[in-house]
Amino acid sequence: MQGNIACAEGALTAGCRYYAGYPITPSSEIMEHLSNRLPEINGVFMQMEDEIASICSMIGASWAGAKAMTATSGPGFSLMLEGLGYAVMTETPCVIVNVQRAGPATGQATRPGQGDIMQARWGAHGDYRIIALSPWSVQEMYDLTIECFNLAEHYRVPVIFLADEVVGHLKESFIIKPEIEIFDRDKTISDKLFGTVTEDGIPPMPIFGQGAKLLITGSTHNEFGIRKVADPIIQDKLVKRLCNKIDNHKKEICQTESYFTEDAEYLFVSFGISARSSYAVVKQLRNEGIKAGLLRLKTIWPFDEDTLKSIAEKCKVIFVPEMNRGQIVLEVQRILCNKKVVSIPKTRGEAIYPSEIYDECKKYLK
Amino acid sequence: MSEHLYKYLRTDVFPTPFCAGCGHGILMGAILRAIDELKLDFNKMVFVSGIGCGAWIPSPHFATDTLHTLHGRPVAYATGVKLFNPDLKVVVISGDGDLAAIGGNHLIHAARRNIEMTVICANNSIYGMTGGQVSPTTPKDAKTMTTSKGNPEEPFDLCKLTHACGARYVARYTVYHVKPLINSIKKALTTNGFSFIDVVSPCPTQFGRRNKLPNLFEMLTDIKNQSVRYETAKQSKKEELIGKIVIGEYSD
Repeated sequence: MQGNIACAEGALTAGCRYYAGYPITPSSEIMEHLSNRLPEINGVFMQMEDEIASICSMIGASWAGAKAMTATSGPGFSLMLEGLGYAVMTETPCVIVNVQRAGPATGQATRPGQGDIMQARWGAHGDYRIIALSPWSVQEMYDLTIECFNLAEHYRVPVIFLADEVVGHLKESFIIKPEIEIFDRDKTISDKLFGTVTEDGIPPMPIFGQGAKLLITGSTHNEFGIRKVADPIIQDKLVKRLCNKIDNHKKEICQTESYFTEDAEYLFVSFGISARSSYAVVKQLRNEGIKAGLLRLKTIWPFDEDTLKSIAEKCKVIFVPEMNRGQIVLEVQRILCNKKVVSIPKTRGEAIYPSEIYDECKKYLK
Repeated sequence: MSEHLYKYLRTDVFPTPFCAGCGHGILMGAILRAIDELKLDFNKMVFVSGIGCGAWIPSPHFATDTLHTLHGRPVAYATGVKLFNPDLKVVVISGDGDLAAIGGNHLIHAARRNIEMTVICANNSIYGMTGGQVSPTTPKDAKTMTTSKGNPEEPFDLCKLTHACGARYVARYTVYHVKPLINSIKKALTTNGFSFIDVVSPCPTQFGRRNKLPNLFEMLTDIKNQSVRYETAKQSKKEELIGKIVIGEYSD
């Protein structure tokens, strides 16, 4: 099955019953597939007039009770950022798939890139946190899409699925596990729709029509949803909780995979399709007797600092291959500020090849 | 507002934020009276609004589900709400800048799709909240903070626009014509499809005082004098309708 189709099927397994989107290469197979599948199971498919309308209608559907998703690529993701900020502020669960292509601007529509990593984290205005995952296989296009929905519903936050053209159009067989954990939001009616006793809590989320008299706004609001656009304490409390509810739960949210890292002297830190090429390089180096290892980030944001620190502790050099001019490497350098961290970037609108990573890292191996 | 309508309101958020002389309070009352007369289940209604003075009519005042969204996007949000739960009655209340400028694309596509919702444009011909800049419905030659020598552009006729796009019910009234406005809202709320009402509402603070209509009385008198019935307008020459407010239900 193709990666994009696996993503669409994963969404349905997770309980997605609303999709709104706008055609864009290389993500369109997701919407094409769902345009047929959703009506079969009483779900709603909607092709909107643009990406702004897509994310907004998805947020509306989420408050009407739907597990909702949209899919796009860089240019569309740029348009969705205002809706992303709104979903953060109103704590609306939803999933945004970004099948990344080479940018900036229209760039190379059919060619892969990983240039939206920092945009996903920082793109909307104001201060906030989101969750972002990155798949390296068709298996994960299925599995991690489900995980995106579970995280969105659990933390009441938009979750961004940072795929890329290679994984999106890759065809592989994969296994559907017999038991899949699905999380559904807590719809208990509470007057405190936007506040918790703790500073990092996630309030329950009733839906429209339940009689909860929901008062939802993208303006700064108190725990009851009432606009407080000039109150310094309420602004501070809200922004802190929006950040804390992600930061303080990193241990539960973050997923990484480590390969040959126990005795590694040379560590590769990568994600998505770049991690797959990195894995090939690590195995080749091990065959040559070089102690190389790979830390693969399944969760990109929030960044798993603790795991990186502990694995990298005994490593001599850390390599960060990625299909951009060096984005995740900035995070790695910040966290491992006393280590030798080497960026291996590629922006040719094609997958980063194992041979390219191999040739570059060889310069640093002793 | 009459106390029998208090059951629809979050009275704890009073007073309303509207300026002295603002017409939006009359519009708020007209909407609630229409709902009351129709005996609609208020708990099954969702009010969606954008950003601006008009968007504050339902949020936070209406004591049911309200979604105060991004500038220009309420119709897109409302589309998602209605499509996922068709049992909900979805009403968009927002201003002319919100629905006709930044949100114009969403408005015309929702009308074209004939999605069942009622869109009420609280049309005060100005960006009130941001301090009185020209909007797509500001009359030609009117003075605003960004057209100090007079508006050089022609205004949008939102009724012609939505009607041409396929809206099932289209009407324009003013807050001066309260009774026909209430009846029109009742018709819109019971329309099986997309309904749109352009409600001309005075803004003495940002529009009137820069255009020789400095208070509510003068603005309402002007609105009354400029209003022409749709049936009369159909028989009139184009030149005769310059600066006029064509009120009534739009039909083919």
